[in-house]
Amino acid sequence: MKKINELKMTFDSRSVNESFSRVAVVAFATQLDMTVEEMGDIKTVVSEAVTNCIVHAYRNTIGKIYITCTVFEEGVVRVKIRDKGCGIPDIEKAMEPLYTSLGGDRSGLGFSVMESFSDKLLVRSRVGVGTTVTIDKKIKGKLI
Amino acid sequence: MPVIIKTRANVIYAYLKGEIDHHTAPEMRSAIDDAIIMNEAFRVLVLDFSGVTFMDSSGVGLVMGRYRLANSKGKNIRVDNLSERDYRIMKMSGIEKLAPINKITEKKDELTYEKD
Ligand SMILES: Nc1ncnc2c1ncn2[C@@H]1O[C@H](COP(=O)(O)OP(=O)(O)OP(=O)(O)O)[C@@H](O)[C@H]1O
Ligand SMILES: [Mg+2]
Repeated sequence: MKKINELKMTFDSRSVNESFSRVAVVAFATQLDMTVEEMGDIKTVVSEAVTNCIVHAYRNTIGKIYITCTVFEEGVVRVKIRDKGCGIPDIEKAMEPLYTSLGGDRSGLGFSVMESFSDKLLVRSRVGVGTTVTIDKKIKGKLI
Repeated sequence: MPVIIKTRANVIYAYLKGEIDHHTAPEMRSAIDDAIIMNEAFRVLVLDFSGVTFMDSSGVGLVMGRYRLANSKGKNIRVDNLSERDYRIMKMSGIEKLAPINKITEKKDELTYEKD
């Protein structure tokens, strides 16, 4: 695929940034002619991944969240959300619907939502090093 | 206020407003839980999503948590006016087996909440 544009941003793992980060990624990606539906899908998956960095990766601490959003000529938006937090010991188990390590008001649906609203989801993680979630979203419309 | 509470007969209506995520959910949760604790006599808690502009899985956690609290007191809950997307996310949890969930029927441009 041919890259046509890229955004990189780094921000603190503070919950107040959840809203900002999902809006910023969508605003950047709208250079591809997207439907409101597709914008909503991207907003939702970014929100899930960023929340996981805040709630799980940097639990009880503040660390940096790194997002790269790449727009491809073929009409694909790729969002990479990375943290240098605690990492995931068992990715397969973590991705099971309804699995949560926290309980409380967490429902264990974040990865299921990311999977369901994107075209491709890749999770790489190492305990003590961090986690990278890569999400591809195909945009049906054409380039602006 | 992200939640407006109204009580009519034996029903508590909680009208949620704005975006529901991990940042905004705690304030909504405490407003709803206060209403549950203060109204011993209610039978049903209705969570109305017509004013919700965005929701992620934190919205599901909010509903599941209120279901558990109401259920522990022998009360029921119902979820009304979910957007197509929020309905889809809600269904991933299987909450519809525990409580009725309903999609929004008509599009409203602007919602007005009468103040008591
Ligand atoms: N960035 C991360 N760093 C460390 N652990 C993570 C990360 N993302 C997810 N996890 C682990 O994977 C589990 C599942 O994540 P998922 O988002 O599906 O559910 P949840 O966050 O627990 O609940 P919900 O997203 O519904 O609020 C988490 O409970 C956590 O243990
Ligand atoms: Mg999550």
